[in-house]
Amino acid sequence: MSKHALVQIQKINKFYGSNHVVRDLTLDVREGEFLTILGSSGCGKTTTLRMVAGFEQPTDGKIFVGGVDMAEKEPYERDVNTVFQSYALFPHMSVFGNIAYGLRMKRIPKKEIRKRVMDILDLVQLGGFERRMPAQLSGGQKQRVAIARALINRPKVLLLDEPLSALDLKLRKQMQLELKRLQRKLDITFIYVTHDQEEALSMSDRIAVMHDGMLEQVGVPKEIYEAPASKFVATFIGETNLFEGMVSAVDGDAVSVAVESGTICGRAEGFQKGEVVAVSVRPERMRYSTSPVKGFTIQGVVREQIYVGSVLKSIVVLPNGHEIKLERLAGDVLPMDGPVYLSWQPQDARLIHPRDQEVYHAVETAVME
Amino acid sequence: MRRKKSERLRRRAGAVYCGLIYAFLFLPIVVIVVNSFNATESKPYLSWKGFTFDWYGRLLQNAALLDSFRNTLLLAAVSTILSTIIGTIAAVGMFKYRFRGKSVIDALLYIPVVIPEIVLGIALLTLFATVNIPRGMLSLVLAHVTFCIPFVIFNVRARLDGYDQSIEEASMDLGVGRLKTFFHITLPVLAPGIGGGALLAFTLSIDDVIVSYFTNGQTKTFPLKVMESIKSGVAPDVNALSTLILVFTVLLVVLTQSGLIRRLRRKR
Repeated sequence: MSKHALVQIQKINKFYGSNHVVRDLTLDVREGEFLTILGSSGCGKTTTLRMVAGFEQPTDGKIFVGGVDMAEKEPYERDVNTVFQSYALFPHMSVFGNIAYGLRMKRIPKKEIRKRVMDILDLVQLGGFERRMPAQLSGGQKQRVAIARALINRPKVLLLDEPLSALDLKLRKQMQLELKRLQRKLDITFIYVTHDQEEALSMSDRIAVMHDGMLEQVGVPKEIYEAPASKFVATFIGETNLFEGMVSAVDGDAVSVAVESGTICGRAEGFQKGEVVAVSVRPERMRYSTSPVKGFTIQGVVREQIYVGSVLKSIVVLPNGHEIKLERLAGDVLPMDGPVYLSWQPQDARLIHPRDQEVYHAVETAVME
Repeated sequence: MRRKKSERLRRRAGAVYCGLIYAFLFLPIVVIVVNSFNATESKPYLSWKGFTFDWYGRLLQNAALLDSFRNTLLLAAVSTILSTIIGTIAAVGMFKYRFRGKSVIDALLYIPVVIPEIVLGIALLTLFATVNIPRGMLSLVLAHVTFCIPFVIFNVRARLDGYDQSIEEASMDLGVGRLKTFFHITLPVLAPGIGGGALLAFTLSIDDVIVSYFTNGQTKTFPLKVMESIKSGVAPDVNALSTLILVFTVLLVVLTQSGLIRRLRRKR
């Protein structure tokens, strides 16, 4: 076991009947890190988390926590605790009872229980709520109780299954900050499952993107956003414009790709002439001009402009009908239905190798939220 | 002005109507209670001959009646406990696990409920005779447990509706084993359903006549004893015992409705 990998997931597979929900997943979680498993619903992320917690058994493969094989360990024998999506508070116990439950069952002296519960209540900013029943709490308060209850055993790893999905936007933002603060303060390893890419980007040390039971990419948020390894990652995290085509020329790290609307360029290594690729350009990296520019451009017509406060979003339609999204700091408004010339810096285009399961077409498509 | 008048009339009519319904419901009970204090000896006890506690005294000497009452209490207690345990386990099992033929078993549960009691009684008697179970307390318990189980299951299952199984996972997640989780989490959360089922089972058992009639052998339960004695009008000491049961029941209802028990428990 490497010194820093606290949780090791090694080639696990999970079948429900003939349904292959987790495929050959290998993932190391380092001690003290905030790792987010990100994916759309049904991608196997929650199942993976539940296998670490012990509620599900992998069909094959191994999971180690702190170097110990978890295969024979019951959920109650594992040094991990879970914050459930539904909070799963015990409805017949007060806030104090909920948090103290694990300690009481371990027959820890009453005085110590009291002190530890009170400390943790302060930590999650719920001091004075200990006598309330779960039914008398708001969603955010229930969430804090669930977190406090999971933390009181001082686990090595805290598993969080979409803990904020039931909260409204404002509260969710606030809880994101608070969770991050808690994680730093307690120095506990967090494995956090979410489908919200923004949440993942803002909270995580590293993100593991899952799709269809497979791990697509693991990396720090900047890597995931700026250097997506697959078409899925490029489109799932943030908005992007995808062009699909064939590499027409390679000159050092300058790569030209022939797409339906012409030839576009990017900067990448490891590509060969004749290869089918996808090119991802983020909307905020798109440059535009109302008059023809030197070098490569793609011409289109401004179809729509949406003002969202901090930025102005525009949709440009190409002659072949595909829509390209661009995002600018709010400023000048483009003439509607007027011609616009799009281009970008070669380094702002990300070339992506196709994966087995992905079908590439030699046309460009814009992918929007 | 006129409107006010018609409004008053309507209210009065409503009050009278309600009064009649309640009279219809409660008059027979009042008759029983009054007659338990009526000093008349001549059947059918329709005239008031003065107030007396005699019947209550007589009741204490009526060994057969008291014996039957004791039988009924014992029978109700035992069959309530058994049917509650069996029914709860069945409801939890049917909620948690999927298995083949589950829908059939689900549907079959309604049979003992909708089947005419007389058919159930005959069926049970035939069964007991065939497998040689002696008719008496044992067969009575078996019979009562049989028709109580579905009611317990229905009650517990109603409580399970909307029961979040992840609280059991949360308990195990916190380091608590399966058995302890059942007793500290599952059972307390289901308690209202289980309690309701038990109460229903107790009520059903305590006043059952028809099934008991077929399966009792020589053992007399209170309802059977009463049936026997009313051939010549309701005996006054039966009135007395009925009144006592009534007082006890009403007291119990008042206690639970007023939340007194809950308050006492919380204090503890």
